[in-house]
Amino acid sequence: MTPRRPEARLVRSYVVTDGRAHPTRNTLDLVTLLIATTDLSLAGLNPEKRRVMEVCRHGSLSLAEVAGHLRLPVSVTKVLVADLMDSGHIVTRAPIPAARPSDTRILQEVLDGLRARL
Amino acid sequence: MGCAPDSDDVYLRPSVKTAAKLLVVGHFAVGKTTFVGTLSEIRPLRTEEVMTQAGALVDDLAGTRDKTTTTVAMDFGRLTINDSLVLYLFGAPGQRRFTKLWHDMTRGALGALVLADTRRLSHSFEVMGLLEELNLPYAVAVNDFEGAPVHSLDEVREALDLLDETPLVRCDARHPDSSTRALISLVEYLLSRKTELEHA
Repeated sequence: MTPRRPEARLVRSYVVTDGRAHPTRNTLDLVTLLIATTDLSLAGLNPEKRRVMEVCRHGSLSLAEVAGHLRLPVSVTKVLVADLMDSGHIVTRAPIPAARPSDTRILQEVLDGLRARL
Repeated sequence: MGCAPDSDDVYLRPSVKTAAKLLVVGHFAVGKTTFVGTLSEIRPLRTEEVMTQAGALVDDLAGTRDKTTTTVAMDFGRLTINDSLVLYLFGAPGQRRFTKLWHDMTRGALGALVLADTRRLSHSFEVMGLLEELNLPYAVAVNDFEGAPVHSLDEVREALDLLDETPLVRCDARHPDSSTRALISLVEYLLSRKTELEHA
């Protein structure tokens, strides 16, 4: 059973994104894998972008996981991540991180992996 | 508010190159959260999205006339398939009105597992219709609830009006092997469709 949603956020989502509802790029998917670059200063980043960097600093995660850990809506996380990509703080792994549904090889790998769990 | 995750296990192996996505869908309280939680190697995560409610006029909002948005939750978990591939499972409600969420979730998804409950089979039609419109292939798993009427799978297939090719299995969302087998049925089906298309 799905529990009730948590308490309201202290800061409204549109404040976090400077009022923007859409990211600067629309290539971001729920399963786009994100990696933080380590050589750029965090000076000038707002608190939420710093939190994204903090979560990503220790290893790669999907965009959905970052949103989940930070308890931010996916749409807000996309805006933040797109900005961080623009500024070079975040890179995404592989040119097409999301599996293309047409890929038979990926399906076979998933099948083998699931069978190995039994 | 959450900050940096407290365990190294939450991060992907550095060798992971690709992420695949499967959906676990179904009506309210059908066991999606349990299913995702049973299979996930990380503590399942939840994100919430504030939705403009396209169905606002349809819903009975007597006494709440100003309510034009609603919050919808999506649970997800992760399974490492091999050194270079991870599988994400997204569980989300099957209501048609959450169009934007559906658009986001289905983009790049390989397919969907529809969880069904024999006590409320007719509740599954909305989500199956949605998947068909979005052209996302699916399999159906009857989540066995204690005390629920036990029907043969043939009867369930007929009640749900499934295509002959659509896999239909039983599962217990609380048990890893049973849930894994349900996912295997789905992926076998996806693979067989792909192979047929390629040879057509």
